[in-house]
Amino acid sequence: MIEKRPIGALLAHFILIIGILIVAFPIYYTFVASTLTSPEIMAPPMPLLPGGHFLENYGGAFGGIGTIGGVGVGRLLLNTTIVALTIAIGKIIISILSAYAIVFFSFPGRMLFFWMIFITLMLPVEVRILPTYQVIVDLGLIDTYTGLTLPLIASATATFLFRQFFMTIPDELIEAARIDGAGPVRFFKDILLPLSYTNIAALFVILFIYGWTQYLWPLLITNDNNMNTIIIGLRKMISFVDADTQWNLVMAITILAMVPPIAVVVLMQRWFVKGLVDSEK
Amino acid sequence: MSRRVVFPNRVLPYLLLAPQVAITLVFFFWPAFQAVRQSLYRDDPFGFSSRFVGLANFELVLSDPNYINSLKVTVIFSLSVAVLALVAALLLAVMADRVVRGKRIYQTLLIWPYAVAPAIAGMLWLFLFSPAMGTLAVMLRDTGYDWNPLLNGDQAMAMVVGAAAWKQISYNFLFFLAGLQAIPKSLIEAAAIDGAGPAKRFWTIVFPLLSPTSFFLLVVNTVYAFFDTFGIIHAVTGGGPARATETLVYKVYNDGFVNLNLGASSAQSVILMAIVITLTVIQFKYVERRVHYA
Amino acid sequence: MQRIHATIAVSAFALLAMTLTTATPARAQTEIQWWHAMSGANNETVENLAKEFNATQTEFKVVPVYKGTYPETLNAGIAAFRARQPPHIIQVFDVGTGVMMGARSAIKPVADVLKEAGQNFDKSNYLSGIVSYYSAADGTMLSFPFNSSSPILYYNKASFRKAGLDPEAPPKTWPETFEAAKKIKASGQSCGMTTTWPTWIHLENFSAWNNLPYATGENGLTTLTPELKINSPLNIRHFQTLAELQKDGTFQYGGRTSEAKSKFLSGECAMMPESSGGIGDMVKAGMDFGTGNLPYYPEATGAPQNTIPGGASLWVFAGKPAADYKGVAQFFTFLSTTEVQSRLHQVSGYLPATMAAYEATKKSGFYEKNPGREIPIQQMMGKAPTENSKGVRLVNMPQVRDIQNEEIEALLNGKQDAKTALDNAVRRSNAAILEAAKAYQ
Repeated sequence: MIEKRPIGALLAHFILIIGILIVAFPIYYTFVASTLTSPEIMAPPMPLLPGGHFLENYGGAFGGIGTIGGVGVGRLLLNTTIVALTIAIGKIIISILSAYAIVFFSFPGRMLFFWMIFITLMLPVEVRILPTYQVIVDLGLIDTYTGLTLPLIASATATFLFRQFFMTIPDELIEAARIDGAGPVRFFKDILLPLSYTNIAALFVILFIYGWTQYLWPLLITNDNNMNTIIIGLRKMISFVDADTQWNLVMAITILAMVPPIAVVVLMQRWFVKGLVDSEK
Repeated sequence: MSRRVVFPNRVLPYLLLAPQVAITLVFFFWPAFQAVRQSLYRDDPFGFSSRFVGLANFELVLSDPNYINSLKVTVIFSLSVAVLALVAALLLAVMADRVVRGKRIYQTLLIWPYAVAPAIAGMLWLFLFSPAMGTLAVMLRDTGYDWNPLLNGDQAMAMVVGAAAWKQISYNFLFFLAGLQAIPKSLIEAAAIDGAGPAKRFWTIVFPLLSPTSFFLLVVNTVYAFFDTFGIIHAVTGGGPARATETLVYKVYNDGFVNLNLGASSAQSVILMAIVITLTVIQFKYVERRVHYA
Repeated sequence: MQRIHATIAVSAFALLAMTLTTATPARAQTEIQWWHAMSGANNETVENLAKEFNATQTEFKVVPVYKGTYPETLNAGIAAFRARQPPHIIQVFDVGTGVMMGARSAIKPVADVLKEAGQNFDKSNYLSGIVSYYSAADGTMLSFPFNSSSPILYYNKASFRKAGLDPEAPPKTWPETFEAAKKIKASGQSCGMTTTWPTWIHLENFSAWNNLPYATGENGLTTLTPELKINSPLNIRHFQTLAELQKDGTFQYGGRTSEAKSKFLSGECAMMPESSGGIGDMVKAGMDFGTGNLPYYPEATGAPQNTIPGGASLWVFAGKPAADYKGVAQFFTFLSTTEVQSRLHQVSGYLPATMAAYEATKKSGFYEKNPGREIPIQQMMGKAPTENSKGVRLVNMPQVRDIQNEEIEALLNGKQDAKTALDNAVRRSNAAILEAAKAYQ
């Protein structure tokens, strides 16, 4: 910050810590639960300090999850990673291209396409889930990665974000590029893309997690346990009614299933800074 | 909404748009068309008998007093969720942008909750707040507060609003932060040299420059509150007690997915789509005028 | 920057390539798809059953597929049927029974599957209370009872002692139960009783157990548009009492499904009617609890009659090759063997589907070692089911339960009295049933 204001900084830290206490509390709670025994978790109120079963539960999670539907945890994680990456990358590519077309070009039908895309911002998932399922069956895409990802790549939110960002880019920049003789492709590659890193990084985080945490769609279109994702595996272990649930293991795996998305968050933080530096050039 | 300086090109823009438009047609327009068609029919769940009934499904839905009730519930719920999630996230993002020390740790911890799968989040809320077993619920009741969202509609509403906003704060935080990072520090420095304090700098420089992001998040949060929250409501209150937390989309979900009443459910979705498309058009046509682009 | 560029392009291409080459291993055996909703320990049980069956022969391979919660599984099955790719077997929960019965041409009755495949099938080998719930009006067994439970009364012995009640004598009737609850509350304890599943226990089973009609047309068995009868004087009296006890906390409402169980497990509430399937949690929590019959009203003629099962059954979709049904039949025969049934019963807390498994378990001395485990079976087979106790068949059972839950919640919150609540429930349910039935005409 510009001037040194110790009180202001202190206040900022204070607000952030309060915010984290509230926002991240459920995760802390899950972690605590993952260090207790199942009866301790089920007998309310559950304690709020970690118990002594950390090694036991996490060891059990690594050993025990191998038996979920006869599919190894490695396979589940691989599937989930492929789904999350395909959705994140596919959506970013498609969206940045269409936003580029809408903001930087003038062509007949521009407004038609604009509304065509943005009206779908509003289409609820559950309205389209059964008809979409029918489409996937007709295309023979049950139990394929394409079927798992393609319908989820279709969404206008990312396009909208890029459009919002592109609108803030000063006209002078395009003028300058054109005077330098840059065509639309070079302008996109050399100027627009580097400027977009911050937004791409933020979107990548969000979309990766979005893909990672999908439940209903993978459930509907996979009939082969080998195509399951980690979230389905996790849900298979949880039963509120009648059956025994090993809550301690469920909690441990819940925490483990969060590690890859968190890794993505941490990795992408470098890009936030990078985008900032680039745009100040 | 259009720029002054554009590239003159006849073919390229269509090529750029092609993938998105193709996917949109197959996975949005076709299913949406199916939903509209379905709303004019009455089917049994397995699709043996399909009868054209005109607008009968709509008449049925609109004459249902519960539908009007859930309209009210939806307005209260959506406004509360959007305002709560946006204000809290903006506050945290501005603070996180300010601090120097511990910045990355704060960011990570604030984004982390987004990684909780919705399918799992419902379970966590039960463990925390359900009056029967929730840890926090037991603590609340030990202080003498009569916490019983199973029968008290207002408390149930507070609980689902809290759960839904909680889920969205990380998302908003991330994009506000990205927006803040993109604001050239030189602008703020210049204002500081002119003697503007932090509050004034925020309202005169940062907030206007952040408005494209804010507009994006306003639209996304409206959609989120309207559509993406049925899972939370389903897990936390099931629309109860006595319909106190039954929003429009929860009703669509419940009537279609649980009660297998496809016609009524489709009619409700079509009405819902009409409402939200109107909202989007209003937001793009009027709210966007106040957005400050370059 | 160029590097990042290239990375994105390369990974996108790699992913695309991967999506195009999903391997499908060659299969010599005929696969039997079995979609189910069993999670937790029961998911393991399902996997093991399939494995065991597959090891007994080489012709068929049963493939269990978890399809989420009960409603999610049913929706997946319906969607797949509409897309002409249904599984062979689907597990459908109790309240979905009416929907499946309404779709007779989508399904193949289990009785036919077994007979056509030349398997030994005699309906009388199965527990009458269970099998009648899953049979058509003409007595044809439509689905295979997989996991059935029945509501019983659980009580906390320590709480009983503290209140000066006999910990070995659980209350038998509802008036006794309410008296006991009041005594427990008066002894300074926080809550006398709670309940799980208010509609299943206090409406559906309440009617069957007290031999009262739940709805016209044999509770919907013989008509698509039954009218509910759940606002009889006894129904009203029961709910009025609950509402009065709720006011001072003697009774504490605990939610629409099984959430209230933790009120019992924590020792907060001393008594709780709940599914027999829930016994595992009480045992695991290591609490000193006892079990008794589901209470009834002595003044009801014929009470106690029989309870009706909750849980789920296995349905077979129509339209598969005849050879596949042979495999399905073999699998059901495998599931019906006394060895498998007794094991399932003893491990899971669900009821045995066959008489032989019940007898074998009894002979083994299991019930002496595990008191309480025989109660739900006795409740189910003490008497031949009457037209009030064969079960409830409504095409929109989940919706009707929602309506009833809403009215009950408004009642317990003091917004209306029991008569208003039940009259409203009947009126609204009847209208909803009429609407839903239109889709089937």
